[in-house]
Amino acid sequence: MSRANITVTVDGVTYTDDVEPRLLLVHYLRDRLGKTGTPIGCDTSNCGACTVHLNGESVKSCAVLAIQADGAEVTTIEGMADGQWHPLQQAFHSEHALQCGYCSPGMIMAAADLLRSNPRPSDQEIREGLEGNLCRCTGYENIVRAVRRAAEAGATS
Amino acid sequence: MTADTQAAQAEQGRARLRKEDARLVTGQTNWTDNIVLPGMLHMVFVRSPMAHARITSVDLSAARALPGVIAAFSGADFADEQGSLPCAWPVTEDIVIPAHPPMAVEEVRYVGEAVAVVVARDRYTAADAAALADVSYEPLPPVLDLRTALDESSPKVHAEGNKSFEWVFAQGDADEAFRGAPVVIERNYRQQRLIPSAIEPRAVVATDVGGEFTLWSSTQIPHVLRVMLALVTGIPEQNIRVIAPDVGGGFGSKLQVTAEEVLAVLVTRKLGRPVKWTESRSEGNLTVHHGRDQWQRIRIAADRDGRLRGLSVDLLADMGAYLMLVTPGIPLLGAFLYNSIYKMDAYSFRCTGVFTTKMPTDAYRGAGRPEATFAIERIMDELAAELGMDPLQLRERNWIRHEEFPYTTISNMEYDSGNYEAATARARELFGYDALRQEQNERNLDGDPVRLGIGISTYIEACGWAPSRILGQLGYAGGGWEHASVRVLPTGKVEVVTGTSPHGQGHETAWSQLVADQLGVAFEDVRVLHGDTQVSPKGFDTYGSRSVAVGAPAIFSACEKVLAKAKRLTAHMLEASENDIEFSDGRLHVRGDPEKGYSIPELALATFAAHNMPSGMEPSLDSDATFDPENFSFPHGTHLCAVEVDTETGQVSIRSYVAVDDVGKVINPMIVEGQVHGGIAQGIGQALYEEAVYDDDGNLVTTTLADYLVPSAADLPSYVTDRTETPATTNPLGVKGVGEAGTIASTPAVVNAIVDALRPFGITDITMPCTPERVWRAIQNARGNGGAA
Repeated sequence: MSRANITVTVDGVTYTDDVEPRLLLVHYLRDRLGKTGTPIGCDTSNCGACTVHLNGESVKSCAVLAIQADGAEVTTIEGMADGQWHPLQQAFHSEHALQCGYCSPGMIMAAADLLRSNPRPSDQEIREGLEGNLCRCTGYENIVRAVRRAAEAGATS
Repeated sequence: MTADTQAAQAEQGRARLRKEDARLVTGQTNWTDNIVLPGMLHMVFVRSPMAHARITSVDLSAARALPGVIAAFSGADFADEQGSLPCAWPVTEDIVIPAHPPMAVEEVRYVGEAVAVVVARDRYTAADAAALADVSYEPLPPVLDLRTALDESSPKVHAEGNKSFEWVFAQGDADEAFRGAPVVIERNYRQQRLIPSAIEPRAVVATDVGGEFTLWSSTQIPHVLRVMLALVTGIPEQNIRVIAPDVGGGFGSKLQVTAEEVLAVLVTRKLGRPVKWTESRSEGNLTVHHGRDQWQRIRIAADRDGRLRGLSVDLLADMGAYLMLVTPGIPLLGAFLYNSIYKMDAYSFRCTGVFTTKMPTDAYRGAGRPEATFAIERIMDELAAELGMDPLQLRERNWIRHEEFPYTTISNMEYDSGNYEAATARARELFGYDALRQEQNERNLDGDPVRLGIGISTYIEACGWAPSRILGQLGYAGGGWEHASVRVLPTGKVEVVTGTSPHGQGHETAWSQLVADQLGVAFEDVRVLHGDTQVSPKGFDTYGSRSVAVGAPAIFSACEKVLAKAKRLTAHMLEASENDIEFSDGRLHVRGDPEKGYSIPELALATFAAHNMPSGMEPSLDSDATFDPENFSFPHGTHLCAVEVDTETGQVSIRSYVAVDDVGKVINPMIVEGQVHGGIAQGIGQALYEEAVYDDDGNLVTTTLADYLVPSAADLPSYVTDRTETPATTNPLGVKGVGEAGTIASTPAVVNAIVDALRPFGITDITMPCTPERVWRAIQNARGNGGAA
């Protein structure tokens, strides 16, 4: 199978790799770069567990080919803390917004994108903004609280 | 007294933020699918597209020829070594337990059953090769409706027939209770088939190093799995190590010994290289065991004043194609709870386990108790309507009063404690019950097209999966005790080894709180070890809301033993009598003289040096304990749900939801509240959204999360929660368990609310999930439009 050469910056580090054109971004992150902080929860882009930022916008990395990220900047959950936890990471911890934690990376990345476009969302806007990310443990109550708390703390990026 | 020990005294009951979170919110987790080992190969399974068929040929030559493919195997290749997947719960003496080869050899009995496995250097190549497998089938007729599966004319899933077992229980004279009863109501309820849907798909990594096997698996049950792998494969148990790394949710679905786990071990043994298998979601929907799937016929007899006389339950329970680990026991976990919190004269129960050509069913959050609670709480509302009583008043007339505990129910359960009056009063108050009833009446009188409905669920459940003695009486092969070790390190830090195996429940935090209090050490100084049979050699793992009710008392007991040793050592070091030593504020000291004594860390250091030990005492404070309670624990509570039903569209929206639960004493209220939230959400999922659907050929239609509707944040309401606290008397901590309570309670609360909203139309039931279409059709039918409008 033909291969394509891509250059991608992931969490501040630039990588150049030959990849199969069909390689999913999430598999590139996990299997090639060892960035296993981003998990996979489904194969139809419904669950959102694999959400990352591609050039600052949240995408489901199971629905993006690695070659589509050529030249792009990708931020994963592993790149969110900057010396200290991102306000959303802190808020998820403080509000007990995770149990098993499998959805949390995607949930936090999606919430960050939500707050970027809507810095002070209502609870309903939080719920609708995160409806592409499924959690089976928390019933979402504390996720909504966490995003609200992060918004109040001014987490807009 | 130091500041540390002062703080430590207050750990239990404190909303400690979780230790687990640091790795989970930063992506430093160790999911099974993250594991990479040198030389590791990837497995992909070829699965049956037929619900029922004879395998006529399996040709893997094209798959093997693909570059990068190491091997490919059919079921026949493992026929001599794969054994049969275990069923640990033969519920009757004459139960039919068909052979269940991990990989089908001659016949397939559900869509998704594994027929071959391809092993390649990477997952993409393995998937490409699996697509090249050429398997021929001779179709056999599927068996899809458990109501007709027992007809003589029905095709057979197994040569032995479609009936697995019939299990009965009766207490009191049911005939007498029903004969001449002024009111008898009978209903048929459908417990639809559900897919547990943990967000982490299953994954397995297996290695064979010189005959010593290690299996990493996304499992709830590393200890049980180790024993079962030894029994199934014949590999000596001491040569098997099972590790459950970070596990991304279970809800019962990972309480299983799976074909993929066994086959990973067999493949690594054949190839001598590490292998990994990670399921896709669609593969998981097909082949992770399903939950529920019952038809329930329930009859209730009462006097005109609402007093219950008797209850009769007849269940058909879909086993699916095979009996897995605890498949036949699941419906029976509800058998003793249909009578719930109510007093009555007689009760009879029958359950028939039926084979169909579908994925086997097994434990899913609540496991038998949600089904029982649904049926009794639904029919209590129907009875109230029949009698013209308020449904809360009917419940109050029949429930066990708080001063009557301990109380032996008509199903022979001994409820140790409870206070249904208190929980209900608190729920009523938080909900604004009377005001909502008034609003409902007004809107009904006005003919409001959007109707208000109020749903009630005064549930109880039996949890704390133990006691071994009772499990034995029920025919279960395993025990129910739990084990713990508490080790005090030379520097005064503490390691707690638990046999519980958390996958979201926060045991690392809660057990740390418990030990900090018991030993007077700092929360931060306690580390909890779990989930690896080499680190935690004994245990019965996490399911059935058992961890706090069985696991925590084992830790408590181990701490007591540590303290007993510490006391002896203190007495020796102070040259005092052991009888004069007491433990307070984190120090063992002479009674009345707190200055004269030692902390646990100081004593641990003394045992490390061991310069001055009492004669005959080993130089260690470390202690083990096993706890096996005498009885289940019985969480209860009152959940109230208000729904708005748009009679023009059939849309149901939950307007408010109040849950007041009594789970006894609580170690960490934040974790408990989180369990309640998540439990309610899953129960609402069953009520409104979720159903595993097979078509007429036996194909699962709901193979993705686009078709199987796990609710999102936008689909669920906010919950108001509170607790009453009636301690359990069956363990030293007074705890009961909380993992399943929300799920058990919430489904009938929601459906009762919907039916309550529509009762003025003459509607007495909506089949779950109560989708807008079903609600709309029910209204059309009630209006005589036959759903055609």
